[in-house]
Amino acid sequence: MAHHSLTSPFSEADIRALRIRDTVTINGHIFGIRDATQIRIFDEKRPPPVDLKDAACIHTAPSLKKVGDRWEKISIGTTTSTRMERFSPLLIQQYGVRIIIGKAGLLEGSLEAMKRFGACYLAIVGGAAALETTQIEEVEQVYWEDLHPEAIYKLRVKDFGPLIVAMDAHANHLYFDVKRRAIEKLPELYRQIGAG
Amino acid sequence: MAGFDYQLVEEAAKQLYIGALKFLPPDVTAAIEKAYARETNDTAKGILETILRNIEIAKNEQLLICQDTGLPIFFVKIGSRFPVDGARISAALQRGTKAATLDHPFRGSSTHPISRINPQTSVGKGLPVIHWEFEEQSDLLDILMVPKGSGSENMSAMNMFIPADGVAALKKFVLDTVIKSGGNPCPPGIIGVGIGGTADLVGVLAKKAICRSVGSSNPDPELAEMEQELLEAINATGIGPMGLGGDTTALAVHIESAFTHITLNPVAVNTQCWAARRRRVKIDRDGNMEYGY
Repeated sequence: MAHHSLTSPFSEADIRALRIRDTVTINGHIFGIRDATQIRIFDEKRPPPVDLKDAACIHTAPSLKKVGDRWEKISIGTTTSTRMERFSPLLIQQYGVRIIIGKAGLLEGSLEAMKRFGACYLAIVGGAAALETTQIEEVEQVYWEDLHPEAIYKLRVKDFGPLIVAMDAHANHLYFDVKRRAIEKLPELYRQIGAG
Repeated sequence: MAGFDYQLVEEAAKQLYIGALKFLPPDVTAAIEKAYARETNDTAKGILETILRNIEIAKNEQLLICQDTGLPIFFVKIGSRFPVDGARISAALQRGTKAATLDHPFRGSSTHPISRINPQTSVGKGLPVIHWEFEEQSDLLDILMVPKGSGSENMSAMNMFIPADGVAALKKFVLDTVIKSGGNPCPPGIIGVGIGGTADLVGVLAKKAICRSVGSSNPDPELAEMEQELLEAINATGIGPMGLGGDTTALAVHIESAFTHITLNPVAVNTQCWAARRRRVKIDRDGNMEYGY
């Protein structure tokens, strides 16, 4: 369980050095994306208006307030990633994204792409939006504003985390490991509650 | 009671919603602190520490605990000596909910089920959800507000077992639901279980169960024992905080029950995330308001 402090943009070597259960903090920039953003990119086949190569993407629909041409933060938190599994391998393969940040994890397709192209999934503590909001220094730019709150957000972050490596570039998947162990224990737990 | 000012209820609804989003009930925070103290898994301990830090920041900086401001749910208990107009209370709760969303402001999540259009008001046809209850010998209007996030609500489950399946099937169903949910409902939270009633009532019972304070037990000793038994089994799964492994998968299991039909054996599970937000106000006949949880 090592700790890594990473700064954007992220190299393949940065990512391949990570193992599940390691912790990570990020400095620099991350990009907020969500369901609607990726429906536009992949289903409507419109390439994102910003280069995502070697970038980190976070699954979010931020609460923001536009004052003049500046975006003020109200609350920025992270949503469940699993809904976006369909898009994630493509985000890694076609656009070179290195880090996906979210909660509850992605599935086999993404794990395979992470191994092939050197990417990873970092779990944030879901629901901890107050902390997350204070670690985001500024919403620097919003692309595809018509999709707000599911646009693309360029966020400048400081000591963002701690994030937990939940899927690494070596085909390890912490959520799957935990669930497999729980299922192995089930017969014993059924007996324990008188349902064996 | 012609003199009762319904504007009070509207203002209370607004304060309840905003307050619930920022201040976690002390019983929930205490349960997370206890879990942190006894957790033996390093990853899990780190997550619980982050959660406690987040609760503190939200309180001190007046920020939302979680960005998912949820769907608004009210449990309204009208005392028998507090004769008020339910229709006007209902309208006032809807206005207060909308005012909280627009005036704070924060993201509204209420959405048309077919067009998926979100008016950004947190209300709409059928929302807020209002459950009505009545209390004998009381001269209070007691309003409990629960903002329910979708990460946990999406993991809700219900099943109509048959009597021959027995109680064992219900307990097994609860355990299976928790394992299937994994990290999605942002564990460790409260596992609400409804037992008995009809298909509609069993869901309400499970929802009522997540609204109880952590540390409370069902007054029926048999159900209280089942709560403890299920909590131990759930925590022995090792699913852990955020589904990343550990000793704490749930802070509590709460069961609420009702009589059912001789041929029914229903069960429902309503999961609440660690951010188990709720806020209460008690209004007396003179319009005095006492806020709590």
